[in-house]
Amino acid sequence: MNYMDDFPMLNKDIVYFDNGATTLKPKSVIKAMDDYYLNYSSNAHRGDYKISLKVNDAYEGVREKVKKLINAKSSNEIVFTSGSTDSLNMIVYGYFKNKLNKDDEVLVTKSEHASNILPWYELSNEMGININYIPLTENHTVTLDNVIKSITPKTKVISIAHVTNVIGDVRPIKEIIEYAHKNNILVVIDGAQSVGHIKVDVQDMDIDFLAFSAHKMLGPTGVGVLYGKYDLLNELIPTRYGGGMNISFTSKDEIEYKELPYKLEAGTQNIAGVIGLGAAIDYINNVGINNIEETCDSLKEYIISGLKSIPHIKVYNENVEGSIVTFNVKDVFAQDTAIYLDKYNICVRSGSHCAKKLEDELGIKNTCRISIYFYNTKEDADKLINALKNENILEESLGV
Amino acid sequence: MDSNFKRALIIENYEKPLNKGLLNDSTYLRENKNNSSCIDNFDIELKMEDGKIKDIRFDGEACAIATSSMSISIGILIGKTKEEALNIIENYQNMLEEKPYDKDLIEDLNAYDDIYKQPARKKCATLGILGIKDLIEKSK
Ligand SMILES: Cc1ncc(COP(=O)(O)O)c(C=O)c1O
Repeated sequence: MNYMDDFPMLNKDIVYFDNGATTLKPKSVIKAMDDYYLNYSSNAHRGDYKISLKVNDAYEGVREKVKKLINAKSSNEIVFTSGSTDSLNMIVYGYFKNKLNKDDEVLVTKSEHASNILPWYELSNEMGININYIPLTENHTVTLDNVIKSITPKTKVISIAHVTNVIGDVRPIKEIIEYAHKNNILVVIDGAQSVGHIKVDVQDMDIDFLAFSAHKMLGPTGVGVLYGKYDLLNELIPTRYGGGMNISFTSKDEIEYKELPYKLEAGTQNIAGVIGLGAAIDYINNVGINNIEETCDSLKEYIISGLKSIPHIKVYNENVEGSIVTFNVKDVFAQDTAIYLDKYNICVRSGSHCAKKLEDELGIKNTCRISIYFYNTKEDADKLINALKNENILEESLGV
Repeated sequence: MDSNFKRALIIENYEKPLNKGLLNDSTYLRENKNNSSCIDNFDIELKMEDGKIKDIRFDGEACAIATSSMSISIGILIGKTKEEALNIIENYQNMLEEKPYDKDLIEDLNAYDDIYKQPARKKCATLGILGIKDLIEKSK
């Protein structure tokens, strides 16, 4: 496959290492969305005419593709949302708000994304549930042992990322879920950084709820997926009401809602986005998920060994699998490093990466993050490593 | 100022900033300033006495431009009256906005006279001094 041909952004003379924020899009995704807008633009579900049926088929076809991608039992377990954040909020407010009681405990970690912490904080403020943190190892990873140690008779939910967006560590979620289920604990998986990057099989892993975003796996922004096991999802009370999700409403006492998944998709959905997600899944399947994972892993090893040979660079997550390298340049603020690299058209992210609780663990607030995807090359890595060999990064970042 | 001099001045003030560390003294006014578009974050303390700025302190994490400009601003503004200080700040802002300004008045802050070429950095160059400005305006 020639990624340069497929990804217009790979021809812009930039080195893109901010895939954790959002990935680049192949032409096939853009084309699929264009095709909808140019050739059969109309609404789904509501049509009595040919192109509307075509929209409906395309939209529902993507549900099938998502089902296959994550190996869900049924496509009724796949709900389209606006992204991971939306999905996680629906899980917390639509399901757990109605199931938890005061003093029940939720287990999270300090390396979660804001989207998997803030909804829980708000729910805690609202109803007095407690939020506890699974301790991280010295490599900032999660182990089953530490999960077991954190569980109490009050623990009702574990809500963690499959892969974190700061360190890139892959959590042993299958083992965690198996243990949790033996103790009647439900597990919410934030799959924003894992779906489309490594294999995610909701049946094999026995995941209760899963959230992910299309834009982190080649798809468009503003669309994502909420997966839940049918019986759980069926008890998720809609957080939005309106068109498309009801059957009839004669009066406020006589309302009838549709079945899953439609009752959770109120209003006109992001049809073009969903169609784009379908094309993204096709592309990922063509490349192959194992191939994606191996390519990212080996490039990560290559970057780490290159950076380790530079005395003024500190890498924070050397011993962690995954496709993220987190580093700082000695005595240079992370943002200055990012601005310096930008002069060489190398895009990396600086900051706390929306995981503000992690600073307690790392002892450092801000880092630079290199996040890799399969279309990144050794040439990209060499450009980055060479730029970072410079001993005057601080001076050259100033732009004066 | 030539580029080497500017850089040296900025780096010196970044690495050894003036008055870093808060006093937590109740006679000081206090404010937090952060950049929503990036990761700079300062706590600032200011004390006025007899109509003059007696002391300014700060703490926090920020980039080289934000930290150094904070340090240089502190050096210039301590000892100035409210009006003098606000005038200096206005001239500095004018420089960043490519408007006419009095070079002599803003002393070492001339080191940032090229920052307008990097729009994303303008906020860094003003984060601290605008915090100081808020505190001066708050003081009666
Ligand atoms: C681990 C993780 N969770 C959740 C999110 C939120 O995703 P979105 O902004 O697409 O809703 C992100 C995105 O940065 C993420 O990396």
